[in-house]
Amino acid sequence: MADTIAPQPAARRATSLDIKTLGPAIALILLCVIGFLLNPAFLSEGNITNLLTRSAFIGIIAVGATFVITAGGIDLSVGSMAAVIAGVMIIVMNNTIDTFGTGIATVLIGCFCSIILGLGAGWANGMLTTKGKIEAFIVTLGTMGIFRSLVTYFADGGTLSLDYGIRDTYRPVYYDSFMGLPIPVWVFIMVAIAGWVLLNWTAFGRYCTAIGSNEAVARYSAIKVDRIKTWTYVLQGLCVSLATIIYVPRLGSASSSTGVLWELEAIAAVIIGGTVLKGGYGRIGGTILGALILTTIGNILNFTDVISNYLNGTMQGLIIIVAVWLQRGDWGRKGRTKL
Amino acid sequence: MRGRIALMALALGGALGLAGAAVAQEKIKIGVSYPTPTHAWAAGMNWHAENAEKRLEALYPDIDLILVNSPDPGAQASALEDLVSVHQIDALVVLPFESEPLTDPVLNVKKSGALITVVDRGLSQPGIEDIYVAGNNPELGRVSAVYMKSRLKEGDNIVVLRGIPTLIDNERFDAFMAEIEGSGINVLDHKHANWNRDDGFDVMQDFLSRFPDIDAVWAQDDDIAIGVVAALKQAGRDGDGMFVVGGAGMKETIKGIMDGNELVPVDVLYPPAMIATAMDVTVAAFKSNGPVAGRYILGATLITPENAEQFYFPDSPF
Repeated sequence: MADTIAPQPAARRATSLDIKTLGPAIALILLCVIGFLLNPAFLSEGNITNLLTRSAFIGIIAVGATFVITAGGIDLSVGSMAAVIAGVMIIVMNNTIDTFGTGIATVLIGCFCSIILGLGAGWANGMLTTKGKIEAFIVTLGTMGIFRSLVTYFADGGTLSLDYGIRDTYRPVYYDSFMGLPIPVWVFIMVAIAGWVLLNWTAFGRYCTAIGSNEAVARYSAIKVDRIKTWTYVLQGLCVSLATIIYVPRLGSASSSTGVLWELEAIAAVIIGGTVLKGGYGRIGGTILGALILTTIGNILNFTDVISNYLNGTMQGLIIIVAVWLQRGDWGRKGRTKL
Repeated sequence: MRGRIALMALALGGALGLAGAAVAQEKIKIGVSYPTPTHAWAAGMNWHAENAEKRLEALYPDIDLILVNSPDPGAQASALEDLVSVHQIDALVVLPFESEPLTDPVLNVKKSGALITVVDRGLSQPGIEDIYVAGNNPELGRVSAVYMKSRLKEGDNIVVLRGIPTLIDNERFDAFMAEIEGSGINVLDHKHANWNRDDGFDVMQDFLSRFPDIDAVWAQDDDIAIGVVAALKQAGRDGDGMFVVGGAGMKETIKGIMDGNELVPVDVLYPPAMIATAMDVTVAAFKSNGPVAGRYILGATLITPENAEQFYFPDSPF
C-alpha cells in the first residue's frame, strides 16, 4: 500500500507544476491560433510589432506589480500615477525649452523628473502602508484619487500637450526600432530580465515571497519586513515612470483620461501569469505572458466583426477567467486521482 | 434707557433687512449648474460659461449669474436645492449629469417658480423645461457623411471609429450610416475608440494591419482623430489623399484647419460653447421684448478653412 501511494505525490506535483507554468503560454498560443484563423494578417510583422509595443506599457507596470503582489500588497494607484507623471513631464519639458532648447537635454530633464516622481510616489505609498499601518488597498485607493485629480487640475480639465519642437526630438523613443524591434519592446525586455533576476536570484526576491506567504514568520526570521515592503512600492513607482517615459512620445499628451484602468490591467496580467493575489508566490515570466494575452485579446477583437462591439468586455472577461482556470483549476489533479 | 436703545437697534436692523431684501429683489439671479469638468470638452464648457458670465454681468448690472459645478449627480441635486434656498434664483440653466436622477430635482426648482433652461442632455420627463438648448448628434453624423460623399467615389473604403457605447454615439453613427447608404462607399468596419486618443491609436493601428486599402477615416471626435493621425503617420499611410474627419471643435484641430492641414481638412461642430448660448437665451427671457421659450437645436456646422476663424478660441482649454 505504502509503495503504491508513495510515488503519486511526486507525479502530481510534476503535472500541477507543468500546468501552472504552461497555462498562460498555452492560452497565448491558443489566442494566436484563433487570431490567425480569423485573419491571417494577424501574424503579419507589422501587427506583431504593434502588439509587442502596445504590451510594453502594461507589461512594464505589471513587472513592478508582481513584486508588490508577491509581498502581499496591492497598488491601485499606478494608472493615475502614470497620468500625473506624464502630465508633470510635459509641463517640465515645455518650461525648460527657453533654457535648454528643444534638444536631448530637455528630454533628459523630463525623464529624470519622471523617475524622481515615480520613486517618490512609490515611496509615499510604501511608507503609508508600512509605517502608517494603513491597508495597502486604502492607501493606494487614496493616492489613486489624488493623482487622478492632480492631472485634471494641472491640465485645467483639458489636455496637456508637448511642444512640437520637443516632440520631434522625443518621438524616436516610441517609434524607432533597434535591430528590428521597437525601442519600447527593448525597454520591456530589459525590465522583464531585471525583474526576473531580482525575484528569483536575490535575497530581496526571496524576502518578498516570504513576507507574502506569512508576514509574522518573516518578521521572526529577522527580515526587515517594513523596509522590503516599502521597496516593492518604490520598484513599482520606478516601473510606472519607465512606462511613462515611453508612453509620452507616442501622442505627446496627457489628460485625465490617460492611464484609466491601467491598474486593473496590470493586476490582471500579474494574476493571469500565475502570481497569487494574496501573495507568497510570484512569476515574472507569467506576468509578461499575462500582459501579452491582455493586449492580444483587444487586438483580435479589432480584427474581426464576428462579435458585436458591445460584447468586447464579455470576451475579455471570459478569456481572463479561462486563462486563470487553466492553471488554478483542480481539473488536472482530478483526472489523476481517477486513474 | 436700555429699552429705548434696544428698540432703536431693532428698528435699524429692520430697516437694513428691508433694504437688503429690496436690493436682492432688484437683481435677477440665474443659477448655472453643470458637471465638474473632468475632460477637455467639459473644461471648454466651463471656460465658455465663465466668459459668458463676465460678459452678461458687464452688459446687465442687474443680472447676477451664479455658476456651480458638481462632481456627481447627487452633488448636483444638492447644488440645485442650494440655488433655490440660499440664492432664491429666478432662473436655472442646467446641464444635467444624468437625465434620470436629476429630473425630480429640476422639477422642484421649477415649482419654486424659476424659469428652467436645460442644456444638451434632456430630462426624462417632457414639459419641465421652458427652454432647451442642445447640439445635434444625428446631424453631426449626417454632415460628416455628406462630406465623405463629396470627397470619395463609389468603391472607396472607409473605416469608422466610434465613441463610448451610448445613445449619443448611436445617434451619430446611425445617422452617418443612413447617409452613406447607397453611395457605394464601403464601410469596412466600425469599432469603439471611446472618445480617447490612446484607444483611437490602437484601433487605427489594427485597422491598418487588417485592411490594406483605406481611403478615409471617420473618427467622429477630435480626440480619437489625434490617435488616428499618429497611427497613420507611423504606418506611413498618411499620404495619397487620405483624410480624417473628427468632430466637436477642439482648438488644435481648428487651428490645423486654418493652417490648411490636408490630413484633417475639416471638422464638424459640437460646441462646448452651447452653455453660453443657453445663458444668453435665458437672460434674454428677462431682457428681450421677443418671446424666447422653445427648443434651440444648434447646427452641426462643417468647419472649413473659410469659416474656421469664428470657431477658434485660443484661450479655451478645448
